[in-house]
Amino acid sequence: MQSPRSPSSQPYLSASVTDPVKLGNGVQAYISYRVITKTNLPEYQGPEKIVIRRYSDFVWLRDRLLDKYKGVFVPPLPEKSAVEKFRFSAEFIEMRRAALDIFVNRIASHPELQQSEDLRTFLQADEETMERFRFQETGIFNKKPADFMQMFRDVQSKVSDAVLGKEKPVEETTPEYEKLKHYIFELENHLAEAQKHAYRLVKRHRELGQSLLDFGKAVKLLGACEGEPTGKLFSDLGTKSELVSIKLQKEAQQVLMNFEEPLKDYVRYVQSIKATIAERATAFKQHCELAETTKLKEINLDKLMLTRSDKVGEAEIEYREMKAESEEATIRFERIVKRMNEEIVRFQEQKTEEMGVAFHQFAKGQARLANGIADAWRALLPKLEAASSA
Amino acid sequence: MMGSENADGFEETNLNAAKEEMENLALNGGDVNGDSSNSAYRSAMSTLSNVHDPLSPLPTVLTPADSDPLTAPSSYIEPPSYADVIFSPFDETSDSEINGGEDSSLSPDSLSRSPSSSSSDYIKITVSNPQKEQETSNSIVGGNTYITYQITTRTNLPDFGVSESSVRRRFRDVVTLADRLAESYRGFCIPPRPDKSVVESQVMQKQEFVEQRRVALEKYLRRLSAHPVIRKSDELKVFLQVQGKLPLPMSTDVASRMLDGAVKLPKQLFGEGGASAVPVHEVVQPARGGRDLLRLFKELRQSVSNDWGGSKPAVVEEDKEFLEKKEKMLDLEQQIINSSQQAESLVKAQQDMGETMGELGLAFIKLTKFENEEAVFNSQRTRATDMKNLATAAVKASRFYRELNSQTVKHLDTLHEYLGMMMAVQGAFADRSSALLTVQTLLSELSSLQARAEKLEAASSKVFGGDKSRIRKIEELKEAIKVTEDAKNVAIREYERIKDNNRSEVERLDGERRADFMNMMKGFVVNQVGYAEKISNVWAKAAEETSQYDREKQSS
Repeated sequence: MQSPRSPSSQPYLSASVTDPVKLGNGVQAYISYRVITKTNLPEYQGPEKIVIRRYSDFVWLRDRLLDKYKGVFVPPLPEKSAVEKFRFSAEFIEMRRAALDIFVNRIASHPELQQSEDLRTFLQADEETMERFRFQETGIFNKKPADFMQMFRDVQSKVSDAVLGKEKPVEETTPEYEKLKHYIFELENHLAEAQKHAYRLVKRHRELGQSLLDFGKAVKLLGACEGEPTGKLFSDLGTKSELVSIKLQKEAQQVLMNFEEPLKDYVRYVQSIKATIAERATAFKQHCELAETTKLKEINLDKLMLTRSDKVGEAEIEYREMKAESEEATIRFERIVKRMNEEIVRFQEQKTEEMGVAFHQFAKGQARLANGIADAWRALLPKLEAASSA
Repeated sequence: MMGSENADGFEETNLNAAKEEMENLALNGGDVNGDSSNSAYRSAMSTLSNVHDPLSPLPTVLTPADSDPLTAPSSYIEPPSYADVIFSPFDETSDSEINGGEDSSLSPDSLSRSPSSSSSDYIKITVSNPQKEQETSNSIVGGNTYITYQITTRTNLPDFGVSESSVRRRFRDVVTLADRLAESYRGFCIPPRPDKSVVESQVMQKQEFVEQRRVALEKYLRRLSAHPVIRKSDELKVFLQVQGKLPLPMSTDVASRMLDGAVKLPKQLFGEGGASAVPVHEVVQPARGGRDLLRLFKELRQSVSNDWGGSKPAVVEEDKEFLEKKEKMLDLEQQIINSSQQAESLVKAQQDMGETMGELGLAFIKLTKFENEEAVFNSQRTRATDMKNLATAAVKASRFYRELNSQTVKHLDTLHEYLGMMMAVQGAFADRSSALLTVQTLLSELSSLQARAEKLEAASSKVFGGDKSRIRKIEELKEAIKVTEDAKNVAIREYERIKDNNRSEVERLDGERRADFMNMMKGFVVNQVGYAEKISNVWAKAAEETSQYDREKQSS
């Protein structure tokens, strides 16, 4: 482990989610995970830290990042799944752990998100502190003053629109952005379909495995009725059938974890982008409306100045405040645009890589399965050949 | 032909967008989303009939394996040649099956074993061309309508005389044939005839029912002609060759049988007439409903007394071997039923696997097209290529699964075939039991007649000169004893004959079953191996094409 002060060491931050443990009973049951952080960044409390976290802590982290880093495609979380929680099968637990692990790692390797203070809290705070944080961030009771202003303004702008009788299309309509939006929405449909079939394929593996198991048992019983050599052949056939069945069940699990889950993740990512698109629309609207309002204030001010009204002072203050807010809104909006442009590039590259890996693993798994099946059945051929030529 | 279960995923817009691909990837004539038919066998069978007439060219266009399904609209991913499919040098029997050819793609030619007799023996029966005909009737309303089928026979068997014949028969004729054969060939394992299916004929669509019946008739007649003894029978020959009305005596209806029986009853009851009331040779037939009421009563009484351990008849089924064999056969039947059910599940699962794999492939083809159209970044184009490789592999694999399955159906169908044969065996055993019952009945009748005669003789010997009527009675009894004795001998001979038939039939069947099952297993396994290899190659290629994403060597 290199000393954090050594000038030649690269800054690194990595985290892993491990050791899921089921805690609590019945409806209250939940799973806790160990989160291990390894880093040489000065902001962190040392090279390694281990904390215990649960799913809702991850949700807290994501919500904080969504709030603070608008425009960034914050990595998605696996679904809450109120139903499966009760089952808590080993497979489900493992898949969730893997998904949470990917989540944290994506954040840790994102140039902006990795600097988040909330991330540091998540990775380092002791469990009691974490719980306190978690309880704070619920519901509208924790909305900041700025949010209230925003809500007020939203209402106001709607009213003014109605009063002015204008139906302004407060939407970005650059052709590039339109194309992007269209792409994202269509992509979700296509991916959802692919994921659906991938899930079905997992089921088919299991069903085929089950039917081979049953078939194997049946022919073994049939073999018990028959004399030789048929009896022994049936028995061997049945045994092989059961063997192949096991291979299929194993592959089913692999396909679920390494192919269907990445596809689901892809879908979640796209949904996360849709949320970002909505954020951008909101920011754009704000920026437009505040710019508009500022303009109006300016016109008003000029009028007052011309008439040398004593309301000028007040109006000037209002105008300056509005202008400042408008500029802030514009900055916010433009930051989102900039982030999104960068994020899209990252997203496409990341997805190509991740899907490539998924495809490769799937293809390899299927090839391995088919080979295993061929080998298993092939072993019977010499006996069958010998028996039928006898 | 869109299966309803897939309708939710395939909205019209998506379909139109990918319609080109759908047409190109016309798996089984556009049947990509699978049949909505009920039975896995039926849907697998239709796959079979669409794809696998081995003597005609494959329905899709052949192109080089790497052709791009997107850019070459009239091309398709290369399907394997059929010769390719029936590979391994082990697999002679399937080869001979192909060479035999199949006009009717649905029912396999008898059983798949290689011909046990010399290959010059040849009989091929086809049932086709159902037509509606009307009974001639004098009534104003006209007669009932019924369906006739054309039955064509091609053969080089010398018994048959002509090498080709064609007749029209209705289902009732088949029932007649089956009944006559059952009488003539007691003790034989006669393939069971198709059901009358009265309920089905009302409930099903006419066309479907007729087709189902046509298939069943063909199977039945082919099985009959495969039986080494029955194929030489007069009944079958007459059925297959004599034009016009079937000249076999029809099974009499119950009413006239009742009448016959009623007339004969008094005679039997009082033992009247020198000539036997029942012709001796009829002893050879089992007692049937109306005709032999009295005999039926007697035999019933006898079987009851057998069961209750009453007077011990001379011949009792002590043949342990037979009883064991019977047990074994029942057990075997049970296991064949079970295996055949599991085979059907297996077929369905294979079918589903193929379908879903195909759907997955299609979904990715659509994604590929989409990414290519919308691409802004190179990473998208790369991804589109990766998806295409995956999709191509999936579609190919899907096709292989379906082909695998249609072959599997053919092989495992042997199990279904043997269900029918088990029924035939039971029939043969039943013949033996009823023949034994007849013997036992006659024996016990004989012994009771003799007892009566003895009693009368003892009584009359005490009276010097004898009672005229008593003497007459003794004479009558002696006559009856003689007749019964003859009948008993005939019955015993018949019973022995049936026992022999049973034995030889069961032996023959055991041998055939052994051979057929071995061929089934071999065919099944060869098939699985071959297709698993093909599928493995397809995926190995895709893995190769995505090998730059191999992360296994890197630390996680």
